[in-house]
Amino acid sequence: MTFATAVLLQLVQLLVMLAVAPLLIGWIRWVKSRLVGRRGASPLQPWRDILRLLRKEPVLAHQASPLFRASPYLIFTAIWFAAALVPAFSTDLALAPTADLIALIGFLASARFFLALAGMDVGTSFGGLGSSREMLIAALAEPAMLMVVFSVAILFRTTSLAEIAAQILSHPVGLRISLALALISLLMVAIAENARIPVDNPATHLELTMVHEAMVLEYSGRHLALIEAASHVKLTLYVGLIACVFFPWGMATPGQGFAAGLWGLLTFGFKLVAAGTLLALFETSIAKMRVFRYGEFLGGALLLSLLGAIFLYVSRGV
Amino acid sequence: MFAPLTIIALMLAAAALAVAFSRRPAADAVAYGAVGVLSVLLALWALVRLASGAADISVVLPIGLPWLGAHFAVDGLSAFFLLVVNLATAAAALFGWGYVRAHAAHGHAGDAPAERPPAEGPVAPLFPAFVAGMNLVLIAADAFVFLVGWEFMSLASWLLVLSTHREPATQRAARVYLIMASFGTLALLLAFGLLAGSDGAYAFESIRNSQPGAVAMTLAVLLTIMGAGSKAGVVPLHVWLPLAHPAAPSHVSALMSGVMTKVAIYAIVRVLFDLLPEPQWWWGGLLLALGALTAVLGVLYALMQDDMKTLLAYSTVENIGAIIIALGLALVFKASHTPVIAALAMAAALLHVLNHSLFKSLMFFVAGGVLSATGVRDLGRLGGLIHVMPLTAFLALVGSAAIAALPPLNGFVGEWLLFQAILNAPALPQWVLKIGIAVVGALLALSTALAAACFVRFYGMAFLGRPRGPEAVKAHDVNRPMLLGMAIPAALSVAIGVLPTPVIRLFEPALLATVEAGAFDDRNYQPWFWLAPTSAIGNSYSGLIMVAAIAGLSALLAWVIHRYASRGVRRGIPWGCGFTGGDPMARSQYTPSSFSQPLRRVFGSVAFSARDEVDMPQPGETRAANFRVHLDDPAWRLLFTPIVKLTERWANAVNRLQFLTIRRHLSLMFFALVALLAVVALLQR
Repeated sequence: MTFATAVLLQLVQLLVMLAVAPLLIGWIRWVKSRLVGRRGASPLQPWRDILRLLRKEPVLAHQASPLFRASPYLIFTAIWFAAALVPAFSTDLALAPTADLIALIGFLASARFFLALAGMDVGTSFGGLGSSREMLIAALAEPAMLMVVFSVAILFRTTSLAEIAAQILSHPVGLRISLALALISLLMVAIAENARIPVDNPATHLELTMVHEAMVLEYSGRHLALIEAASHVKLTLYVGLIACVFFPWGMATPGQGFAAGLWGLLTFGFKLVAAGTLLALFETSIAKMRVFRYGEFLGGALLLSLLGAIFLYVSRGV
Repeated sequence: MFAPLTIIALMLAAAALAVAFSRRPAADAVAYGAVGVLSVLLALWALVRLASGAADISVVLPIGLPWLGAHFAVDGLSAFFLLVVNLATAAAALFGWGYVRAHAAHGHAGDAPAERPPAEGPVAPLFPAFVAGMNLVLIAADAFVFLVGWEFMSLASWLLVLSTHREPATQRAARVYLIMASFGTLALLLAFGLLAGSDGAYAFESIRNSQPGAVAMTLAVLLTIMGAGSKAGVVPLHVWLPLAHPAAPSHVSALMSGVMTKVAIYAIVRVLFDLLPEPQWWWGGLLLALGALTAVLGVLYALMQDDMKTLLAYSTVENIGAIIIALGLALVFKASHTPVIAALAMAAALLHVLNHSLFKSLMFFVAGGVLSATGVRDLGRLGGLIHVMPLTAFLALVGSAAIAALPPLNGFVGEWLLFQAILNAPALPQWVLKIGIAVVGALLALSTALAAACFVRFYGMAFLGRPRGPEAVKAHDVNRPMLLGMAIPAALSVAIGVLPTPVIRLFEPALLATVEAGAFDDRNYQPWFWLAPTSAIGNSYSGLIMVAAIAGLSALLAWVIHRYASRGVRRGIPWGCGFTGGDPMARSQYTPSSFSQPLRRVFGSVAFSARDEVDMPQPGETRAANFRVHLDDPAWRLLFTPIVKLTERWANAVNRLQFLTIRRHLSLMFFALVALLAVVALLQR
């Protein structure tokens, strides 16, 4: 019975992550438009775009290889599956032990690897530019992310997301400087990894500044739909990750009833709305930075997370 | 004990046969065929021993030093390394056979560019001798046999490097390699001398039972790390490796990079974990620091290289760094009496040893395949090979993903175990280590992420995009033995990545021999598809579920989209940045150096004082613009160049003694004798 529940919850999680991801993007775009005084498209617009693109015939370059055609499917499913492993509304997921935080970072790295390769496949200068910059960002963001994991692991003695959430729910740790530092660092990493301002601008097509858009410039039709959906799911994944580690309140734990699951879904929806609003506020109030300042930005994230880990040692004497 | 000794003897016999037949075409078949069959047999023998948990065996033969004899022994550790060495060797023999056949068919050696004379040095007789030397090191149970095997391995590989002696770069590479190899052997010789004590008890058994003094032990540890580390490629002693490994033919490069460095790791493990008594925590601390430095610098160098094989050699330096970090962790946890965590770190080290021997061999085979198909090693002249060499391209993709430590392949499992061990740092008592290991973890993460960038660059430049040179257009897929030689390590990489737990269980005897604990000791229930070692603080990973889920979801998704949304594709011309009339040389593409430019700017200026020099013609001038990148290896600048200068100055000073008159010579000898007698007299008192 319990296993059947876990499988069911796992399936619901898989579908919820897919369903809400474009809505989150739509919400962010709508709030941003409102903030700069435009009316803004409906938050449903990303969903409509994806469905429209799925029906369109893709145009491939003559020299596009099979790798280019297979990549969107692999990238999308890798990110979607990773998102399904981040507890969003219940910690009782059948597949949760498939990946701890470190394996999750690995899944995202695999998706990025194929995206960067696909960017180089057609052999245009934009693709190479995007791939090159994306790998730079990844090289700087991954160590920061792992240091955050390190702090979390010192504090909770685990890197399994379900167990972290369950621990916080049962024994609140209270406010800690280390956790605050880790949170800031993880936020910076999330901004960089999801190609948001100030690291990348999701709305630009100016070659001096674009990273993610440059890589996927050659994609069209259903392939583009998958790539777009993958990037939406990735942002939702990061929101879910931050919520799971730092704000797991409202999440259902194993053995709780149906109502707890519904309450978990409701709170997750609220967390997404809050995160989207904050991101939109942040993005409208800051300017895009130069490519060569990524090092300072993400190096700062790394130092903050390292400092967090050292503070933990000092404060707890572990 | 009979089996490995016979196989080594037969390998030497194959070498002799290949010399005898060297003028006939059969020589290659004899050498590679014999090595292939023999190494498969030895690998199977080691596998059976590991799987059955057979007891240690040893034998003393009455050869070698008269008062010592020759000791041989195989324990769990030796058996594991025998498996690693012979598995990769078998693939290399198969690939090598195909490689020389391709060479004979095309009339140009893969490793010499088509316009230059082919490599003429003998490879066939030296190949079995090299493999025999490596195996001898692994079964040696006294310092004498160990060092004989070590020198055999070093000199055979040195001669193999010289097989391309007509290329000017090879001569420098061989000279540097010979000096570094002699240095390494000297350091190991002194280390064993210190451990054996003044009565010359060189058998490992007596070294284990002896109690060396504190100073002798410290010196022995440092000398072992220097001696074996220089062979493994630990920064700053790595300088010979990127010169020598690429100079040899590709299947030999694969063995040197993928396997010989593992023999060096074996030496470190054997001395630090087995021969020496109770470890001190600072040994591990030293290894951690060296490993982190090696990993980061190695991959940064690799990112800056345009030559495929040099890039791979530098990537070996990076992987050795990761292994050394894992060994350092195992040592510090062993020293703090937490054997279960030490077993986790040791499992990470040994798994990475196996993994790296597989995927590095695979990548060198890929480089060799590309070389034999195009005659080019420069990434800047390749591109688009996925269209003309689809099978090689697929295997190269597997290898690149594995070496970039991406799930679900084997490289990731090694990194995962290593990070789990790092997360156990709070269990240590020393504050320096607690904080130091956090920093090492960050550096390891950095090197992993940079490795992904490095192999995106490698794969993207060689196999994707459009051809950058005429050679890449005319390429064709390689012959069957070469493909099979690549497919074996690729298949094993996937298998280990998907099902790591049975493999780690397999080398439990090696873990018991080194850290006296297994990786899965106190977990009762351990399903075979789930990786959850004891001390990984409740964390787990399953490659199998990941592969099944992603493959299933992808297939489902593709079916749904093709069935209900859209099916066809249209082909067209991509946007060419203003090049409308075609872009024949595909010059508007990113090049290898433009790909690494952002990374060069962020890291290179600090690490290698990198400078980009652009020589742009004035408007109206018709000459071509020129772009040049200057890199400076700090190991040369800070360590080797000063040493060379100092040696030269001393040599010049001592040189004056040659031109003394006979009277002065005699008085010099007389005073030297008096001085030595005085020293003896003082010491005797």
